[in-house]
Amino acid sequence: MIAAESIGFSAGGRVLLADITLTLVPGAVLAVIGPNGAGKSTLLRLLAGELRPSRGNITLDSVPLSAMAPLALARRRAVVAQSAALAFPMRVQEVVGLGRLPWHGSRAAVRDDAATGAALHRVGIAHLARRQYQTLSGGERQRVQLARAFAQLDGAARPAALLLDEPTASLDVAHAAALLRALRALAAEGIAVLAVMHDLNEAHFVADRVLVLSEGRPVALGPPEEALAPTLLAPVYGLPFQALPDGGLLPEYGAIPGRGFAPPGPTPPGG
Amino acid sequence: MGVSLSLASARGIPPRVMALALGTVVLLAAMLAGILLGPARISPGGFLAVLQDLLGIAPLPDAFLRDAAVLGVIRAPRVLLGALVGAGLGVAGATMQGLFRNPLADPGLIGVSAGAALAAVAAIVLGGTVFGTAAGLLGLWLLPAAAFCGGLLATYAMERLGSVGGGADVATLLLAGVAVNAIATALTGVLIFMADDRQARDITFWTLGSLSGARWAHLPVLLVLVGLPMLILCTLARPLNALILGEAEAFHLGLRVDAAKRAAILLSAVAVAAGVGFTGLIGFVGLVVPHLLRLGFGADHRIVLPGSALLGAALLILADLAARSLAAPAELPVGVVTALLGAPFFLWLLRQRMAGAGP
Repeated sequence: MIAAESIGFSAGGRVLLADITLTLVPGAVLAVIGPNGAGKSTLLRLLAGELRPSRGNITLDSVPLSAMAPLALARRRAVVAQSAALAFPMRVQEVVGLGRLPWHGSRAAVRDDAATGAALHRVGIAHLARRQYQTLSGGERQRVQLARAFAQLDGAARPAALLLDEPTASLDVAHAAALLRALRALAAEGIAVLAVMHDLNEAHFVADRVLVLSEGRPVALGPPEEALAPTLLAPVYGLPFQALPDGGLLPEYGAIPGRGFAPPGPTPPGG
Repeated sequence: MGVSLSLASARGIPPRVMALALGTVVLLAAMLAGILLGPARISPGGFLAVLQDLLGIAPLPDAFLRDAAVLGVIRAPRVLLGALVGAGLGVAGATMQGLFRNPLADPGLIGVSAGAALAAVAAIVLGGTVFGTAAGLLGLWLLPAAAFCGGLLATYAMERLGSVGGGADVATLLLAGVAVNAIATALTGVLIFMADDRQARDITFWTLGSLSGARWAHLPVLLVLVGLPMLILCTLARPLNALILGEAEAFHLGLRVDAAKRAAILLSAVAVAAGVGFTGLIGFVGLVVPHLLRLGFGADHRIVLPGSALLGAALLILADLAARSLAAPAELPVGVVTALLGAPFFLWLLRQRMAGAGP
């Protein structure tokens, strides 16, 4: 599927990513974690074909991404970026329908309406279909964008890939869990999923493999049990972690000065 | 949203068909009004007689000779000119708003109007001297030809200046447009400073726009220069729909974003520059018309683009009808009418958005 071979990316004389080698495997979920500014989103944009690597190669089925037409690429991979705002008001159904654009003029176009409907159902937003996108909450919008990506991959030749940038960022825990399950279900259909994530427990829950990035360099790439080890993550985030019995992680925030047993109240009058 | 949409869905007619049918009816009605109404009244009987004569059904009775002259020489080319220029402005406006992802965008942003104005003013002021030979050769075509070239050159300059390394970021393009506009406007000011009183008056009227120069000879040229870009722009509906999501998202959906941008900008410039050359500057049509379409039928460019052509044409014909009727026998500049109608409407629209959209 999509493979990156020792890629690097520099912009404005600064090295943003270096020495990344990874392969997206159909049927598997790869989580990318790391502190802010570690290069996670840059990596996603490189794998999406949006940016060209300064060093190394990215290929889809052995064809360099740079040699692929945007349309051919769009029929094999979908991307859910962070919080997309619409330029003009549209209904949810229309937004999800835009996912079918790459299939215009192809034989798969007969499935446009069916694919849109199926995507709305899969993400659990069929009841929002007629709503204006602008009136939705952040979490609802995020699910609409996910449905759009699902609609785009409907009928795509396998293997296909879905790349997501912080898909659970504005979701409550229940909706986040539902989304992660939807990603697993999609992977089970032979799609390679890559998700940039912040929540280490979500990564642990959903991922087959985890890539840990720090300052643009890979720190670990492997199954969650290995990549999410407290000893490995502590220097990356500069924060100690406590391993939970089920394999999850709890960051140890430490004491906050001034927050003892008595919460700070308003200063008493005359004080 | 919108009465027409609910009407359409109630009867199971797709909004696209409904919108275009409605737009066609409005345009035909506007054309009919533009032909029949005006300071010199044409009776429906006279119109029918002229029509029968044209179609070879019945020869024209002598009583309608005057009607035939008014219709054939003055009204018909004028209405057709209004239709073509208005359609071009409408489609270009819709394209610019979609491309720049900004409801306030209009064709002026890409420098085409300012460039056309600079060249037109140069033709007016220097026409007799510097362009002496050219003026002699081109005659009545000097002004439109100059404006067309000026508009295209300004847009080309803006597109080149705004693109870095093959990619053109929308914000950079906008700033380049502002700069090109400023330079063109400044140079226009220098020329106006050099102009004598008669030229200054010509310049003023040109910048306010008028359809009174309509001639049959212009129409085939316009049909090609406005009609062709317009048709191609309408095929950009899907790319523009993808751009509603954002530039990166449009690329993810398989769009060659830079190529689409370049095509949209240059084709809009051709359509606007060609029209403006014959009529002078006409504001607000390109700004307001796409909004009307979106208000009634949503943001889908498969509706907004062709709909803006139909409605832009209708609006300019009606504005011209008002321009030549309100102060008859004198004529108001049509740009004044479109601005007087368009600006209050636009304010109303802004307030609606603020009241309705919330955050």
